[in-house]
Amino acid sequence: MDIVPEITRQSITNLVKNDKREDGRALTEYRDISIETNVISKAEGSARVKLGGTQVMVGIKPQLGSPFPDTPDLGVLMTNCEMLPMADPTFEPGPPSDDSIELARVVDRGIRESELVELDKLCVEEGKHVWMLFIDLHIIDNCGNLFDACELAVMAALKSTKLPVATIVDEEVVLSEDETFDLPINNELALCTFVKIGDKMVIDPTLDEERVASARLNVGVTKDGHICSMQKGGKEPLTKDEILYCVNTAVVKVKELIENL
Amino acid sequence: MMSEFIRKDGRKFDELRPIKIEAGVLERADGSAYLEVGGNKILVAVYGPRESYIRRLLEPNTGVIRCRYNMAPFSVDDRKRPGPDRRSSEISKITADALRPALMLENYPRSMIDIYIEVIEAEGGTRCAGITAASVALVDAGVPMKDIVVGCAAGKVNDEIVLDLSEYEDKEGQADVPIAMMPRTGEITLLQSDGNLTEEEFAKAIDLAMEGCLKVSELQKEALMKKYSTE
Amino acid sequence: MIYVENKDLVIPGQILADEEYYSGRGTFKENGKICSSLMGLVSLRNKKLRVIPLKSKYVPKKGDVVIGKINDVRFSMWDVDINSPYSGILPAFEVFGREKKELNKVYDVGDVLFLRVVDVDEIKKAKLGLKGRGMGKFKGGIIVDIAPTKVPRLIGKKGSMINMIKDKTNCKIVVGQNGLVWVKGDEDMEQLTKNIIHLIEAEAHTSGLTNKIKNKLYLAIDGELPPEEVDEVEETEEEFVLEKPKLQNFKEELEQEEREAEEKKEKEDKPNIAEVIEELKRKNKNKKDNSLSYGDNSNNSFILNNK
Repeated sequence: MDIVPEITRQSITNLVKNDKREDGRALTEYRDISIETNVISKAEGSARVKLGGTQVMVGIKPQLGSPFPDTPDLGVLMTNCEMLPMADPTFEPGPPSDDSIELARVVDRGIRESELVELDKLCVEEGKHVWMLFIDLHIIDNCGNLFDACELAVMAALKSTKLPVATIVDEEVVLSEDETFDLPINNELALCTFVKIGDKMVIDPTLDEERVASARLNVGVTKDGHICSMQKGGKEPLTKDEILYCVNTAVVKVKELIENL
Repeated sequence: MMSEFIRKDGRKFDELRPIKIEAGVLERADGSAYLEVGGNKILVAVYGPRESYIRRLLEPNTGVIRCRYNMAPFSVDDRKRPGPDRRSSEISKITADALRPALMLENYPRSMIDIYIEVIEAEGGTRCAGITAASVALVDAGVPMKDIVVGCAAGKVNDEIVLDLSEYEDKEGQADVPIAMMPRTGEITLLQSDGNLTEEEFAKAIDLAMEGCLKVSELQKEALMKKYSTE
Repeated sequence: MIYVENKDLVIPGQILADEEYYSGRGTFKENGKICSSLMGLVSLRNKKLRVIPLKSKYVPKKGDVVIGKINDVRFSMWDVDINSPYSGILPAFEVFGREKKELNKVYDVGDVLFLRVVDVDEIKKAKLGLKGRGMGKFKGGIIVDIAPTKVPRLIGKKGSMINMIKDKTNCKIVVGQNGLVWVKGDEDMEQLTKNIIHLIEAEAHTSGLTNKIKNKLYLAIDGELPPEEVDEVEETEEEFVLEKPKLQNFKEELEQEEREAEEKKEKEDKPNIAEVIEELKRKNKNKKDNSLSYGDNSNNSFILNNK
């Protein structure tokens, strides 16, 4: 079903060769971005991101739990992604696919490695009670580049997250009914995704561009320019120069992306 | 006497929660709809009729539908584990049964229609809301139908029969009667009931639920007309 | 008694008329009433009610021309995706008669072809063929995807819409009745044409569309609106009724192209197509060559002639 017509492959490749794209963008240009936060009142943090026709939603639910033994005073982040069958005719219902797991992990890696969530402030009682944040991504419309849309959504949702104040009374955790605190966040991060078409790297690929691309590179960069996560995907290799070009471009582009938050 | 009764959220006994319906909200799906009723937020996508590779589900003389009702982990107060459970499997089945009588799929033998209902946020009455939204998405997809199925519930709260139970009323109430119907003929395609009702109360509840359905039905039509009417 | 007017927008289950009217496509009869089964526009002619759907999947019909994509190559046929709940097959004998050839050397997975529906079996599987002018594999260009129900609007009354686009953009356009459109021309014009086609799809049910599209085209290409003139393509009532696509003019164009190609070939002192095929067959049995794939009566001039 998902076989790319040969002439589509040719026309997209030829366009990119001439620094053009099927929707008229430059090779380093993003589609329109819209971000809404607090879209789900039952979630402590939430966001909906539209990137062109791509649409993703994220909800953040905190739960009190036990810390990992090796980090008794740190809160826990868990990122999960559902590529819903509603989003794309080729997505199947059932347990998360490999693509879905990769997507969740790449999005998670940027947040985790940049240490932008101050996990030490999510400790209620060392070794016993910490906040665990469940970050659940819902892909509802896939028109390409889910990675960047998801990272933006998670970043926006984290920024909107409010947790109930927890105190220990008689060795029991008591949650305040009305007092909340903002999730402590000390940085911002965005993901820049490139695909290789012909011998050029293209940012924010559409679905057809993704389908004809030979390789993919995700670069996660913080507001202050630190590269926190990368992932190469796709069948074909990349050269060092291509990778460096992506990194250099990402550092600039991420600043633009973060302005949307 | 009954009309004097005011509910916890300030509604009258026969008053629906505020509803918003939008048709054609997704790019990729063949048909889609978004519905808000009270605190519920429901998104539905329809794919098909399309070729199916699941042989055992196909019928030689007609098309078939498959329905998946799913709740987002963040749709409820305590995070729900992703994936199907017994409740969502049952709702998926009865939703397909509620919609099927309206579909005219003789022209699409051996094909399959997939209906994906995603509960983004739940606040009581998601199954009826899902059916109402799914019908709009089916029309948006161009699927031939005898009627646009619509769902609504009535129930018993504080010994009163009331329309369209909220989450609170559902939890605290004595009975819940969700129905779905084809508004043109008045035929009922879904009926469940849990809780305690007398014969009289049940008759009252079903009348009220049907009235509610007719009101929601008008909103379904408006949403569709709004999507496609010329300025 | 009738409750609607011609061209009204109706929805499934809506009562259109009482029994003295006839129930046509997109409608059904129940309890003495004629009702719509679709969301679409009412068409009323001689007491016969039909509803022309706004959206609907393509169901193959004998004689239709469609654009399809090769999805798989099998022992004696190709599996073809024709943008429908029902896939098509292109049997090898429709392409090379009784000769034995390696199928994937002729058409491979991912190739896009212009085809005719030769027959539809009881389970709606479409048997496809290439007999007819201009049939065969497309080379170059882009594919644009629209709702099959919007095809008549894209073509316009007597081809008015499609011809206007072709003239202004200098693109070649082939429309399949299954909602796929092939466009080939200058790279930028291809993209412009794609956008225009999508605009027509989105606004197919609005009035004054031909002029609106004309203005868009002139603005995009010349940077100014077309000169005021009495438009011979008037937005008539009739244009509103989404009819079966009229492909005659498009056939004529193909014929014209074919003639030109033949003349060109003669000039180039080429032997006739049968001889070319024979020669190619002798020469390279292994090499992929699309010229082998055409039916007896047609040739591939439509494709070769493209810039």
